[in-house]
Amino acid sequence: MSGRSLGFHLALLAAGVAAPFVLPAHAVQFAVFWIMVLFALTWDTMGGQMGYNSLGNILFFGLGMYICALTQVGIVYNIAEYTAANGAIHIDFTNRQYFEGLALGVVFAAFGAMVVAAALSWALFGLRGPYFAIGTLGAAIAAAELTSAWDWVGGGQGIAMPVFPGGPGMRERFFYFACMAAAVACYLFLRWLYRTRFSLAINAIRDDEDKAEALGLHTGRYKMVAWSISAFFLGIAGALFGNMTGFVEPLETAYPTLTFGIYMVAMTLLGGKGTLWGPVIGATLFYTLRELTWTYLLGWQYIALGVLIMVNVIYFQQGIMGWVRSRRPAWFGVKVDEGRPPAAGARAAGAAGE
Amino acid sequence: MSAPILEVRGVTKAFGGVVANRDVSLAVQPGTITGLIGPNGSGKTTLFNSIVGQYPIDSGSILFEGREISRMSVQRIARLGMLRTFQQTRVFSKMDCIQNLMISLPHRQSGWKDMFRPHPPEVVEKAEHLLEFVGLHSKRRLPAGSLSFGQQKLLEFAMALMNEPKVLLLDEPTAGINPTLINGLIDRLKRANREFGITLFVIEHNMRVIMNLAQHIYCMAFGQVLASGSPAEVKDDPRVIDAYLGAHA
Repeated sequence: MSGRSLGFHLALLAAGVAAPFVLPAHAVQFAVFWIMVLFALTWDTMGGQMGYNSLGNILFFGLGMYICALTQVGIVYNIAEYTAANGAIHIDFTNRQYFEGLALGVVFAAFGAMVVAAALSWALFGLRGPYFAIGTLGAAIAAAELTSAWDWVGGGQGIAMPVFPGGPGMRERFFYFACMAAAVACYLFLRWLYRTRFSLAINAIRDDEDKAEALGLHTGRYKMVAWSISAFFLGIAGALFGNMTGFVEPLETAYPTLTFGIYMVAMTLLGGKGTLWGPVIGATLFYTLRELTWTYLLGWQYIALGVLIMVNVIYFQQGIMGWVRSRRPAWFGVKVDEGRPPAAGARAAGAAGE
Repeated sequence: MSAPILEVRGVTKAFGGVVANRDVSLAVQPGTITGLIGPNGSGKTTLFNSIVGQYPIDSGSILFEGREISRMSVQRIARLGMLRTFQQTRVFSKMDCIQNLMISLPHRQSGWKDMFRPHPPEVVEKAEHLLEFVGLHSKRRLPAGSLSFGQQKLLEFAMALMNEPKVLLLDEPTAGINPTLINGLIDRLKRANREFGITLFVIEHNMRVIMNLAQHIYCMAFGQVLASGSPAEVKDDPRVIDAYLGAHA
């Protein structure tokens, strides 16, 4: 990392750390902002970098949420009794029980979502283009319906989450930093990942999957790992979000395909897919607009967001980073370079005569 | 004569009622350049697709280094060391030329851990050398999709070389290439064969090119092998002339 880049990252980090102290009333909104960043970053790994537009990534968010909730309750109480009581049972967690349960829940959520993604990939990665999009959407809707019908996990009634121990304001700040840590970890991980062979492989799959196969690339393996990585971070996001809202139910909180599920796509397209910063910028802009319309245009908020999405996909398909790239290709390393190759050694020495 | 590196035995492939290949048998000797000619629609590309595992064949057998490959997937056959280029070029259009070459590294031994490896400097260097070899070095940082058709063909050829195949199947390598560049390309194909030891199996419509390039030529018509032999033999074979001029009926 160059000095300027490091300074830039540290300044953003400092702003992130200061935010809940400067504007404590908005700590929850800020925490949800980090969840949005996670949504866009993980969606872009699939939709932007690999060219597989998933409409069902919310599945892993919901799975993570439920796995975490069940773990937290399950380590101190019988789950079936707890859910059957519809929230009438109040458990007093000790601090230790609460945080141990939460930590374990987050870990299970991350790995659980990842395992499900790996398993689903065998079924869904035979599909391409719109069929994959609809297939994943179907999987997410099916998960919501199955959860609603499954009494052991609370069915349509949902699960009341354990109450956070600690004074006023503590809970908001705690989850704010947990969400921020998850988003920053995801960013750093992808930043590293996009510099390895992995990124070239998934870009190749995006540009021409048949050609990638013809070169002998293990395409199935790359697709499975890409989706598992997305699911891992989405599982964490779901686990944290469930605890922030304090109540988990299938349709509105865990598997909201029409809100969060669409936001993922909209944010990435707005910021510019296939870049590391595009999703982050898109999430920032989209979420800010969303919060503003909810405050100042209440009643019209979905129409405003709908218009934004339409303008984006009709007139501004490349998104913000894509637009910058088309204006300043050299910033992205696109150039005609007349420099000679490194000292011609070995076999390909010298240009063939023309 | 040594054992053929690629052997096609009695391969038949039909699409619905249309028989694209009927009982096709041919052999490619290791280290040689073998040509495949024939009028449009005679089944040449279908045969290539069958050989590399793109199409499941209806009957017959395809042997690569003596091993049956007719039931293997495209990826597996590519990893064994038999690769093809496409008639309509296929490159990774949004990636630059260097990246196109880097991802074309042989995936023969690549395990799970290799997925996350950074790019070793030797790989970048090799990519640069190959781009120099095909004359695209100055374009190495341009997206492949911005190159002309002919340049994309050269890039695709470099990608194939990067993969270090034992056998390379080229589907009309000179189609769409500027006539002044064709000689350079013939020269490069010969060098790839001689210096890198890659066996070439080439579909070509340009008679001057294929006569100049190949040591042995097969001619197909109506899905069948019509004639084979040295360039001189095939050129003078009346059946081949008939097939091309349409007297065959």
